[in-house]
Amino acid sequence: MQAAKPILYSYFRSSCSWRVRIALVLKGINYETVPIDLIKDGGQQFSEEFRALNPMMQVPTLKIDGLILGQSLAIIEYLEETRPTPRLLPQDPKKRASVRMISDLIAGGIQPLQNLSVLKQVGEQNQLPWAQKVISSGFKALEQILQSTAGKYCVGDEVSMADLCLVPQVANAERYKVDLSPYPTINRINKTLLALEAFQVTHPCRQPDTPAELRA
Amino acid sequence: MMESSKPILYSYFRSSCSWRVRIALVLKGINYETVPIDLIKDGGQQFSEEFRALNPMMQVPTLKIDGLILGQSLAIIEYLEETRPTPRLLPQDPKKRASVRMISDLIAGGIQPLQNLSVLKQVGEQNQLPWAQKVISSGFKALEQILQSTAGKYCVGDEVSMADLCLVPQVANAERYKVDLSPYPTINRINKTLLALEAFQVTHPCRQPDTPAELRA
Repeated sequence: MQAAKPILYSYFRSSCSWRVRIALVLKGINYETVPIDLIKDGGQQFSEEFRALNPMMQVPTLKIDGLILGQSLAIIEYLEETRPTPRLLPQDPKKRASVRMISDLIAGGIQPLQNLSVLKQVGEQNQLPWAQKVISSGFKALEQILQSTAGKYCVGDEVSMADLCLVPQVANAERYKVDLSPYPTINRINKTLLALEAFQVTHPCRQPDTPAELRA
Repeated sequence: MMESSKPILYSYFRSSCSWRVRIALVLKGINYETVPIDLIKDGGQQFSEEFRALNPMMQVPTLKIDGLILGQSLAIIEYLEETRPTPRLLPQDPKKRASVRMISDLIAGGIQPLQNLSVLKQVGEQNQLPWAQKVISSGFKALEQILQSTAGKYCVGDEVSMADLCLVPQVANAERYKVDLSPYPTINRINKTLLALEAFQVTHPCRQPDTPAELRA
């Protein structure tokens, strides 16, 4: 174990960064935040300095145990394997598969299609309908899947990596004015999770880099 | 408990995500049945009521195994790894496992979804080629850099891993969209090395039950 605290490169409003923040807090890992502003200066993720750290030029990036890791789910799985309690994945392989399937649906199937760099490419007037279409389409599938997997949370009654993906994606949905009434299960689980401390302290409105006008 | 029937893989010959899972099944010596889902014919067979009832994500690959119906290629592969652990597709060391997952996610989350069929449909026919090329080049540029620290014979060290299962099909997509691979010598080298392995050959899009005659090897 390195003596220094882990460092999380994060943007307050990045849903991918929020997933990792929740994992770190749930596992009781004290970490330092280095904010990376994705908009200012043409996007600080493109600086030579950050690019040398993470060639993917994305947040979240986590410096931990002498390692520099990108990709939120790879980071969370690493935290799970090295700090196993409390668990973020169930013990049963079939339930673990459901957790990963839901996480991948969100982290691979929805978020990348509506992230900043894709929205830049579709052009300003197309951005809102594009984001809404992508999120609605993904949430429609997710709502169906949750009928078989969900208990109190996405998979059964324990908070898992899937829940860490759900809440930030719902925040994105709200930001793009997606009507959530067709997705009552997503809505219910989101509300239940937002009541938990780990989801509150890591919220975009309470980050070191949250702009004053958006601060809680 | 193991089901007595063979696992069923819903697959499209040219789907890079399906190819990843085919390789995993073959590497692990799992006999499976293929049910082809044509993503183009009939407006896309993945949108049929029947398939949608099976997998609400309406995507391939979908795997029916052990009484389970699973979507998302990496979730499928991790399930196979946990239930049929040999030969391994993820190293033992957590730091190396993290590298494998990071590379897999870069491809499966960061490149492929941005150039899949449904997104290309939305960008419009004249924009499709430049869009796909841009997305793949951008991702491969980052991947080439990352491989400088992780690669040995393969993406992570000298053992075939889930990252390699993602790499080869993505390179095939790159070639299909005429992306120049010369800026990515490490990706190129690893791809060639992997394509020489039997599991990558028998699962190749040109050798599938649903490969059209004109594309068959």
